[in-house]
Amino acid sequence: MSFPWANHYKPSHPLMVWLDEKLPLPRFVYNAIGAGYPCPRNLNYFWNFGVLAGFCLMLQIVTGVILAMHYAANSGLAFDSVEHIMRDVNWGWMLRYAHANGASAFFVVVYIHIFRGFFYSSYKAPREMIWLLGVVIFLLMMATAFMGYVLPWGQMSFWGAKVITGLFSAIPFVGEPLQQWLLGGFSPDNAALNRFFSLHFLLPFVIAAVIILHIWALHIPGSSNPTGVEVKSESDTVPFHPYYTAKDGFGLGVFLVLYCAVLFFFPNALGHPDNYIPANPMSTPAHIVPEWYFWPFYAILRAFTSDFLFIPAKLMGVLAMFSAILVWFFLPWLDTSPVRSGHYRPLFRKFFWLLFIDVVVLGFCGGSPAETKYVLISQIAATYYFLHFLVILPIVSSIEKPQPLPFSITEAVLGTDEAAA
Amino acid sequence: MVRIFGPLVGLFFAAALLWSFAVGAINMIREPEPMTAVKEYHLAPKEDVKFAFNGAFGRFDKQQLQRGFQIYKEVCSNCHGLKQIAFRNLTDLGYSEAQVKAIAKEWATKAKTFDPKTGDTGERPNTPADHFPPVYYAGSGSPPDLSLITKARHEGPNYVYSLLTGYTDQPASLIKKYPDGKVPDGLYYNPYFANLNIAMPAPLADGQVTYSDGTKATLDQEAQDVAAFLTWTAEPKMEKRKQTGWAVLGFLIAATALAYLSKRTIWADKH
Repeated sequence: MSFPWANHYKPSHPLMVWLDEKLPLPRFVYNAIGAGYPCPRNLNYFWNFGVLAGFCLMLQIVTGVILAMHYAANSGLAFDSVEHIMRDVNWGWMLRYAHANGASAFFVVVYIHIFRGFFYSSYKAPREMIWLLGVVIFLLMMATAFMGYVLPWGQMSFWGAKVITGLFSAIPFVGEPLQQWLLGGFSPDNAALNRFFSLHFLLPFVIAAVIILHIWALHIPGSSNPTGVEVKSESDTVPFHPYYTAKDGFGLGVFLVLYCAVLFFFPNALGHPDNYIPANPMSTPAHIVPEWYFWPFYAILRAFTSDFLFIPAKLMGVLAMFSAILVWFFLPWLDTSPVRSGHYRPLFRKFFWLLFIDVVVLGFCGGSPAETKYVLISQIAATYYFLHFLVILPIVSSIEKPQPLPFSITEAVLGTDEAAA
Repeated sequence: MVRIFGPLVGLFFAAALLWSFAVGAINMIREPEPMTAVKEYHLAPKEDVKFAFNGAFGRFDKQQLQRGFQIYKEVCSNCHGLKQIAFRNLTDLGYSEAQVKAIAKEWATKAKTFDPKTGDTGERPNTPADHFPPVYYAGSGSPPDLSLITKARHEGPNYVYSLLTGYTDQPASLIKKYPDGKVPDGLYYNPYFANLNIAMPAPLADGQVTYSDGTKATLDQEAQDVAAFLTWTAEPKMEKRKQTGWAVLGFLIAATALAYLSKRTIWADKH
């Protein structure tokens, strides 16, 4: 937000003065992520993850565009063209491992970003629009990641595509024709692979566009902060540059160390071995599992095993899986507590950690074979998941007695604020 | 609106889930999932081999790769292809260009040719630029291409080693407990194979090959060597990957330390 005390852009070099009159791009950057953007001074390291997510998107686009120069989107060639990249393209192995593990890194970063939002109630007024756009970005990411995983045309690519597009067949009356229309056939084949490749190339740029809206919406109220108390005076803020550029630079370094450790030393740890077997429509893998970042939602999908009130179990599972994310759209209106930060909400905090554990349990069940014991656990965990957002949060926010808030961000950081006296 | 419909939707999903849970739990108590021969007798790969390429500093033992290649050439290649590998790649194993040329030329299965003018098909000797020719197998079972086998199985190198050394008679207790579980005709019992019964007869035995480097060709040695060779075929760039990784991490850790110091300097007056 452009607080009254924000620094003003003053070009000194004649060239910059000239440019500022014709196309004030440097001014725009200065006000967006430069010294002209005052930010709360107390942002902790959880506030690094937005920048990291943006970095991951750029990483995926750069590696992806180069991979696309060598990849063949044809069901007869795709698998071997990926191996051609791994073996014969200069540094192709590094690009491909960077892209595959980049998807995982992107989801790690975004999940932390989302749980940061849960804990500090970043979705609350006046920041609802930032949150809504964020959920849209997450949905687009899931679609992009799913279609990307199909491209190597290995066994998990093929059977994952078959299972996920099969979800549409659960829709009454139009389901099966819809599924065939989406796939361009009765089963995933060349038509599906081609359109998935096309969309996988397109969607990241759509994500980039929604990210621009996400950041635009952020700059209207400005960043939230760990106390949840809004900025009151100049002493509550520091200019984004150099303070947060420096902090983000350090955070980016730590992220890259961890990411490269996986990329260079455990590049296949997060993938499934079956995807190194070429797609074979005649041979179903023993366990069809999606990539790890879909496991919690996959567990919810599989948790519905009995028809309920004449609704087929499969349809219930599909509805619930999509609802599990759609429910996030309503969070700003489900959690009505005026206090934002979980630090000052003792009861909310307990349920937050319960939700965190719950999602980890769902993830574990989603990655396990569909045996009864895992299904039973995921049924309990999925029950809690829906109750948490739709029942517990509204109740907690009306009965909870929050702890006293600091007068200002300055007081929270320094212990005193002259303005409070 | 949200505060009225939200909880109703939540309770609806919760009720459906608890209903599924109740039905599932009752079914599990009534008819517990039966134990199967596979669940009881299948073994995870052995972990007792210390391959030279293991670990963050691991490198291929070229002598071992050459021995493994010899096993592939003399034994495996009768049924299994290696389509992702070209003869020229064999220089990685320490062979000279001339040796690779000779290996390609002498390879038993010749490269297919097609004359687009006459429509005639024919054969010519392989060259270093050719990939290993496809292998057609007429018998029962479908031998997979081995180029990527160590990446396509959990704990690949250990799996290949365990499978090749894991052939044994079917335990009498298995047939006693699961009378249907007798190994079908034409299959062989191997507890490391996913469904215990594999179409491939034990391919290796003591003295199966005569190593040109004088190493004693025990079954254990042969299995280790071919597992190492197939790790190379699955990822010929593994050494390069690890070496690059150390250079990248060294740079990044130094750069991150500098970034930390500058962050601390910049923030010094704000805490």
